[in-house]
Amino acid sequence: MPTIIVDGISYQVDANDNLLEALLGLGLDLPYFCWHPSMGSIGSCRQCAVIQYQDEDDQQGRLVMSCMTPVTEGAILSIDAEPAAEFRSAVIENLMINHPHDCPVCEEGGECHLQDMTVMAGHSMRHYKGLKTTHRNQYLGPLLNHEMNRCIACYRCVRYYQDYAGGTDLAVFGSRGRVYFGRHEDGVLQSEFAGNLVEVCPTGVFTDKPLSERYTRKWDLQSAPAVCTGCSMGCNISVAERYGELRRIHNRYNSEVNGYFLCDRGRFGGGFVNHEDRIRRCGVRNASGVYDPVSKQQMLEKVSALISAAGSKVVAIGSPRASLESNHLLGKLVGRENFYSGLSGREQSIINAIYAIQQTGGARIPTLREVEAADAVLILGEDVTNTSARLALSLRQTVRNRSKEMANQIQIPLWHDAAVRKLAQDEKSPLVLVTASEDRLEDVSCLTHRAGPDDTARIGYAIANIIDNRYSRPADLTDNEQTLAASIASILKNAEKPLIISGSGSLNLAVVEAAANVAWALKGENKDSGLIYCVPECNSLGVTMLHDGNSNNLDDLLSGSDDIDVAIVLENDLYRRAGSTAINSWLGKVKNLVVIDQLDNPTASVATLVLPAASFAETEGTLVNYEGRAQRSFAAFLPQGDIQGSWQWLLDIADQVGTQKFGSIRQFDQVTEDIAAQNAALSGVTKAAPDASYRSGAGQKIARMTHRASGRTAMVADVTMYEPQQPVDNTSALAFTMEGANLIKPGEVPSSLTPYIWSPGWNSNQAIIKFQAETGGALTDSDPGVRLIATASPVADLHTRHTTIPAITRHQGGSLQLVPGYHLFGSEELSAYSKAIAELTPRGYFAVHPDVAGQLGVADHDGLETQINGANVQLEVVVSESVARQCVVYSYGIDATGELVHEKRGTFKKAESWESSRPSNLIMSDR
Amino acid sequence: METPLTKNMRADKSPVALSDYMSTGGYAAVTKTIGKSSPAEVLQVVKDSNLRGRGGAGFPAGMKWSFVPMNEDDPGHKYLVANADEMEPGTFKDRLIMEQDPHQLIEGMILAAYTIQADVGYIFIRAEYHYAIRELKKAISACHDKGFLGKNILDSGYNLDIHVHVSAGRYICGEETALLNSLEGKRAHPRAKPPFPQVSGLWGRPTIVNNVESLACVSHIVNNGADWFKSLGIGEDSGTKLFGISGRVKKPGTWELPMGTPIRELVEVHAGGMQDGYKLRGFLPGGASTDFLTEAHLDLPMDYDVIMKAGSRMGTGQMIILDDKTCPVAMVENVVSFFARESCGFCTPCREGLPWVEKVLHAIEVGEGVPEDLQILERQGRFIGAVGNTHCALAPGAIEPLTSALKYFREDFEQHIRDKKCSYQ
Ligand SMILES: Cc1cc2nc3c(=O)[nH]c(=O)nc-3n(C[C@H](O)[C@H](O)[C@H](O)COP(=O)(O)O)c2cc1C
Ligand code: SF4
Ligand code: SF4
Ligand code: SF4
Ligand code: FES
Repeated sequence: MPTIIVDGISYQVDANDNLLEALLGLGLDLPYFCWHPSMGSIGSCRQCAVIQYQDEDDQQGRLVMSCMTPVTEGAILSIDAEPAAEFRSAVIENLMINHPHDCPVCEEGGECHLQDMTVMAGHSMRHYKGLKTTHRNQYLGPLLNHEMNRCIACYRCVRYYQDYAGGTDLAVFGSRGRVYFGRHEDGVLQSEFAGNLVEVCPTGVFTDKPLSERYTRKWDLQSAPAVCTGCSMGCNISVAERYGELRRIHNRYNSEVNGYFLCDRGRFGGGFVNHEDRIRRCGVRNASGVYDPVSKQQMLEKVSALISAAGSKVVAIGSPRASLESNHLLGKLVGRENFYSGLSGREQSIINAIYAIQQTGGARIPTLREVEAADAVLILGEDVTNTSARLALSLRQTVRNRSKEMANQIQIPLWHDAAVRKLAQDEKSPLVLVTASEDRLEDVSCLTHRAGPDDTARIGYAIANIIDNRYSRPADLTDNEQTLAASIASILKNAEKPLIISGSGSLNLAVVEAAANVAWALKGENKDSGLIYCVPECNSLGVTMLHDGNSNNLDDLLSGSDDIDVAIVLENDLYRRAGSTAINSWLGKVKNLVVIDQLDNPTASVATLVLPAASFAETEGTLVNYEGRAQRSFAAFLPQGDIQGSWQWLLDIADQVGTQKFGSIRQFDQVTEDIAAQNAALSGVTKAAPDASYRSGAGQKIARMTHRASGRTAMVADVTMYEPQQPVDNTSALAFTMEGANLIKPGEVPSSLTPYIWSPGWNSNQAIIKFQAETGGALTDSDPGVRLIATASPVADLHTRHTTIPAITRHQGGSLQLVPGYHLFGSEELSAYSKAIAELTPRGYFAVHPDVAGQLGVADHDGLETQINGANVQLEVVVSESVARQCVVYSYGIDATGELVHEKRGTFKKAESWESSRPSNLIMSDR
Repeated sequence: METPLTKNMRADKSPVALSDYMSTGGYAAVTKTIGKSSPAEVLQVVKDSNLRGRGGAGFPAGMKWSFVPMNEDDPGHKYLVANADEMEPGTFKDRLIMEQDPHQLIEGMILAAYTIQADVGYIFIRAEYHYAIRELKKAISACHDKGFLGKNILDSGYNLDIHVHVSAGRYICGEETALLNSLEGKRAHPRAKPPFPQVSGLWGRPTIVNNVESLACVSHIVNNGADWFKSLGIGEDSGTKLFGISGRVKKPGTWELPMGTPIRELVEVHAGGMQDGYKLRGFLPGGASTDFLTEAHLDLPMDYDVIMKAGSRMGTGQMIILDDKTCPVAMVENVVSFFARESCGFCTPCREGLPWVEKVLHAIEVGEGVPEDLQILERQGRFIGAVGNTHCALAPGAIEPLTSALKYFREDFEQHIRDKKCSYQ
């Protein structure tokens, strides 16, 4: 490690860093704008200047941009030297010429990097007397505000949007002092990752639009460290509340998972928490089908009476979107044999297979950071951008590894972003897609093959067989399949760290099994192969692990013939997972349906008793992400009304029933401990975060509010002069107050308990720099979460495992293969309720290839109908060249598609009386 | 006195066609070199000749070429770009070559491209040069017919195509790396160096960018040798140079003269001296982006290092003269407003700093200046002007006329502020 001297003090720094990274990594303060730890340097803002001296005798030195200067052994530098300080102050003064001086009405205020850097650079006296340049703002859709007058032209937004996230509809226009950052015309931003502009932009140009509707300054927010429930990636978020409402979601840095970025489902999908359909009271359905509110105690008595009735048959349905704790207690309450995972049979068998594959140890399960290190990628049948968006953002970095290699060859440092990009131009590491319909990653893929799920599996099997002929080979491989598989195999064999990605997205077991064969075969060739499965929900893997991959599933229950006295449904809308005919006929056998959930969904609306469940923002819970990482999520606030965590409901019910099954379990932490004790696979979950007894160095709980949350004491001053007592948190080490540990120093509080990021002089999220062991790297107090699935040495004979190869897909008497098509906005149950997300959700559809449309006699905007399990499903037709022939792609989770998820095939005809109901919100990227 | 660059040019300014060009020895250098001498041999001659770039910075051409990797196993493209953007105010020399003797540029490009083994050449030309564009295209097509361009040139196995690319019209496009971005169809922002274009240039491939005049010298060097070229200069530097003068002189124009020609000779002999009733107060020696020099510097020879030592730059060697009846504040305001308008908008000091300076200068010029304005100008001058403070050389060049005017013509600024008006009107 080279030694550098900064203002007379010697430090050891990383030779691969630029000076800015190195100096910030040492904990020194130096202002910057255009550099970003994930995006490198371009040298446009000139804010990070320091003086570099040639040698000890050099008194004058030379002004250099620290972000554009490599670390060199023995470098002598000064941050404090007068010319450097004067220059940095002048940069701010010049940036401020046109900047509005109205921080009090700016939504960035209080967490503004420009404010912070202005103070740091020491500029306070304005000399400019002229007029300011002004710009027109644009409408950018429901997610982001645009206030161009606040722009300091650091170029971060376009670099992030275009270069990093692969977007095409945000650019810089014009030149000189009139550069403009926006779209070519007003319109909805098309990138799935646009929301990160809120944090990438160091000023108030791009701000969170849903937050502006009910705006609160960062310092007045009450926050908690939470985990996104939008998909199985497990991105870390900081969720924030005021006046009992969720106000916004911000990124919470985790170097192994989401890094600095979220997807827009995650950032804007929390709106359901405030939704008008939220169930807030306990309710009992009366004879006329209306819910009568009852008190919490009355409800507990009713539930308990039902469960305790002599000879009562009680079953329970768990949920992949509920925490481990809630699922565990539910199983405990009714007994393992009466617990059903809540996944459909089809889904459960696939996820069981995935879990079994992960346990073989046959291939690594890369974290998102490790994904970015792969040198070749094969995606089999998973629309990653729409099912597991954050992974797609990582893959956009993975394909840049080729450019990094090229840069290394001619010694261009990797942080020299523009130079690396100019050198490599369009050169990319290989990414191969085999998908049933258009995929957003096609622009970075070197080979895209369109195939339905069965045919996708065949390609996978063929690839594995070509790599290692001990793996099964499809018997009737066509020449085309053979050629394609051979070229993909050779791409993968040329790599050192090939990555195979698949998942439950195509609802096809063979695809999942084929993907494992490819990864294992590569491992056999001594490749450091990685294997990622995207699973549908935030805790799909968790509920599966809870019963070691062999719990009963929803279909087992629905197909049974037993009469049931009480069925308890935990956070699960059954109509999304099975056909309505099957559910309704089963409900005919259920005397009492008890639903514990957040929203008044179709299942809740047919329940006898409804118990209001807390959302992720209002309660604790442990979730297991796609890689088997258990992460604890904490409540930002305590909900009003009867709402409480499902786990708390279950504890209360057990208490009321007086069952011995729960032993001494009364507290959340005890539930987690019980999970660890009862399940070998989950024995690590207690380590996901410290328990409620944790106290900071000064013996304090951790404050969810900032030390500046001065407003709290005045919040109800218009009603009463007495400040109500703050709720006490017995469940976690966090406190609902600004008193306690909140001036958090790096390493002082475990990262998994850090509610928001702040450091003296660093009010924006960029303060995270102060909490990283090295700039842009792991957190000082290691990254949150604990990995439950060890990469053990592979079990032998993997090649004998998966041998069930589907036949080639052909037309079968006019029936077509049904393939789910996913949408970041709309396919996930809860986020779809958020207003901003709903606005971007497309109409439900059946998408077909033009050839198929011709055969069926339909065109765009017509309707198609199919009879499935006694239901008639009609949806609008979308005709697209990019749908595999033999397939009908349907909008998963949007409109009446729950009817379809069970079926592999369907027979379609034109819906004669079709009338399109909603105006289409289909944004270009969905087509 | 030898004038290799202009010797073919005609009084009526009509372009020299290929046959006429060849009849006076044109393409002899190509014929004797391509496939006959090695690239290394050509490189050596150019190095020995001490040809310095005529685009403004005066960087030795041979040295620049020698940084191009000559890796025979690398099958990718290499590029040669002729910088014909010529948007520097007061500069009109490359135009002369391209309009009146375009084959001189093409021949120089073939030799330069051969030296670095480039297979594609571009002429990046200012859009207003309609006439030159037409003549260059004609010349290129004539060369294809003759076998001087295209595949397997003169049976040597060497291939070269040259394309004329018309600029979209920004001053910054003349900066060599902004030029490359522009040529790629991207925004004309300069690139940070290193990496230098010689290693990673156009589309990430090794690329040389040279000024038109620099390239036009190459065939003469190859024909007559390095010593001959050196002997053309009468001072420290080699060769002849297209010097020019604009302003209130009797005969503004451009002339080919030896390097090292004294400034006084340029002004008094070639430009015919100042117009009657006007006196010389100062001059920008090498285009609008160089520091003022004054009468005291008239006896200096036009050599790169000499002018540098005097506190300015030789730049393009095309002088703009300030006379005693023109307001220096107004002149500087005019210059700064050009550069503020032409800033690419990438880096803060230039994008934000120049418009501020422009506004302050305007206020002073119209009589609204205040004494503190001079401090602002001085501070902004330091902020914008020091090399390294900005991402490229546009901003330092843009501010040089101001900082030097504050040195030499300070009393004019003070008068404007004191009297609240411009005394030249
Ligand atoms: C703002 C700016 C504008 C420039 N414009 C031109 C130009 O129009 N023509 C030119 O030949 N060089 C121009 N240059 C210089 C080029 O960057 C480059 O140095 C030159 O083309 C190299 O050629 P040479 O080595 O043959 O002089 C400009 C430089 C700057 C900073
Ligand atoms: S909009 Fe924001 S990120 Fe983009 S250039 Fe302006 S200040 Fe920078
Ligand atoms: S990728 Fe998944 S976990 Fe991450 S923010 Fe998006 S929805 Fe949430
Ligand atoms: S100095 Fe900066 S803003 Fe000005 S032209 Fe160069 S790069 Fe662009
Ligand atoms: S941070 Fe270094 S120039 Fe912008």
